[in-house]
Amino acid sequence: MTAVPFENSRKLHLGESLFKILLYVAACVVLVTLAAILIILFVSGKDAFARFGIVGFLTTDQWDPVRDLYGAAAPIVGTLASAAIALAIAWPLGFGIAYFLTEICPRRLRAPLGIAIELLAAIPSIVYGMWGFFILAPFMSTSIEPWLTENFSWLPVLPNDMNPLWFWFQGAPVGVGLLTAGVVLAIMILPFIAATSRDVLLTTPQLLKDGGYAMGATRWEVLTGVVIPAVRGSLFGAVFLGLGRALGETMAVTFVIGNANRLPDGFFAPTASIASIVANTFPEADAGSMKLAALFALGFILFVVSFFVLALARLLLRQGRMA
Amino acid sequence: MSIAAINPANYARRRIFSAFMDMLCVLAAMVGLVLLALILLTLVQKGLEGMGLNVFTHAMRNTPGQGGGLANAIVGSLIQTGIGALIGAPLGIAVGVYLAEVGRTGRFASVVRFVNDILLSAPSILIGLFVYEILVVPHAPFLHGGFSGMAGAVALALLAMPVVARTTEDIIKLVPDAFREGSVALGARESVTIIRVVIPAAFGGILTGILLAVARISGETAPLIFTSFGSYGWSSDLWHPMASLPIAIYRYAAGVYDEHHRLAWAGALIITVAVLMLNIVSRVSHYLISKR
Repeated sequence: MTAVPFENSRKLHLGESLFKILLYVAACVVLVTLAAILIILFVSGKDAFARFGIVGFLTTDQWDPVRDLYGAAAPIVGTLASAAIALAIAWPLGFGIAYFLTEICPRRLRAPLGIAIELLAAIPSIVYGMWGFFILAPFMSTSIEPWLTENFSWLPVLPNDMNPLWFWFQGAPVGVGLLTAGVVLAIMILPFIAATSRDVLLTTPQLLKDGGYAMGATRWEVLTGVVIPAVRGSLFGAVFLGLGRALGETMAVTFVIGNANRLPDGFFAPTASIASIVANTFPEADAGSMKLAALFALGFILFVVSFFVLALARLLLRQGRMA
Repeated sequence: MSIAAINPANYARRRIFSAFMDMLCVLAAMVGLVLLALILLTLVQKGLEGMGLNVFTHAMRNTPGQGGGLANAIVGSLIQTGIGALIGAPLGIAVGVYLAEVGRTGRFASVVRFVNDILLSAPSILIGLFVYEILVVPHAPFLHGGFSGMAGAVALALLAMPVVARTTEDIIKLVPDAFREGSVALGARESVTIIRVVIPAAFGGILTGILLAVARISGETAPLIFTSFGSYGWSSDLWHPMASLPIAIYRYAAGVYDEHHRLAWAGALIITVAVLMLNIVSRVSHYLISKR
């Protein structure tokens, strides 16, 4: 290290102040960015809120460019349903992988397998979308969906408050639709959930676990009785982070959800998510049109939902870190 | 099941139950890993099928049978990712240094940290919509409106910034306080301590963060739909629509021609290999530096 010239540190120094101000400004950029995104999305979408009413926009499922009428219900339901399917698949699998990597897997394989999972989490989502479109969708159409119809068509049809009825596994097995979107999302967030859950499981002190074993508990009992209670909050945090990803994912969903702007009436039904409808409809929406305003309003809704999910995830994860 | 329920009398039964649950987890791990391996295998196989010299030497073509490639998209991606990193990385480093060295546990720093974490995982498509509204719409407040490579680069910069900020803060926190004390004891001001002592000590980690950020933004597709839009030509003009690899993949894959599908697979393979290489290089460099 080179010698530092001696100076009176209490004297106000121009360079020093400038340096601090620069850092402070950078920190402000972060806050301004978030605020600006919220404001811009709202302002650009406010025409849609004003015309259809906030409640009206949220609860109508029409998407009629000819009469210039737009509602957000279909993409909202599509977003939530596809994310729910993704979580239902990826959560158990991801947790299984995390538990496998921390406790069961031979020690020598843990690091390489863990790194492989983390690398898979870095693959761009468009790759998963393409795979879903070219490989999974045809397979769903020819094999899985007919099989589900054959074996599970006895599930009762649910009457719905809104117009369409819910037909579990009936309808044309077109391959692209709600279920396929959920499966592709699940595969995409699986490495992410597995890697974060593993990091959480690893934070349990070995002493706690040894205490459990010393009392004669089996491995599973140590997991459910010691490890999970110790890190429960953070485990939920990891899953909510995954949920946040699934809700806002665009490319993996756009390829396989079918892009039909209507409420899904079953798992096979083509529908739309907020992100997919924005990506798809955007090129045909003229600047200043009501359609574009509706898309921005959808973006605003997605941002608010993601914000709360991600905030909850961070709070849960932070709580775990202090414990 | 709680630990209080442990009963030595049924130990054998509990052992079997535990082993059964272990097996389920192994099964889950195998299903997950095999699925992911299958995707990678398909990607490599289909990607190599579509690969050829033309991919790297020829620009995209609207219609098949003209020997179109992906060269302009690769160059466009390099330009936009590069500028995005050039804007986003210094910003992110400054934010990270602020959080770790100046703001620390203060209330303002806590809010910035929280918001940065939200931005880190916010849907990237919304960043695209945001940049569209401030840079691309006619009469946009900045630039002069219209789809442009610069707008794409700005969107990518906004995505890179939180990643770099996060990793920079984490790595700077690992620098021992003794370093700072030594510097202050020599009479150095805080800014000199940070620039001459702390940042050099954390340099490797900061570089790792930048590489990870570059890996992340190079595969981003959604925000570019609204900003740089994509183009079939060689557009090195930053103020006009610019091609990029992810958008090229998106357009080709959504098209109807087999040749375009093959090119899309080739593009997906290129981008995956690039992203994985960046991740591996950042890991290896991190490992080597932390060992030193």
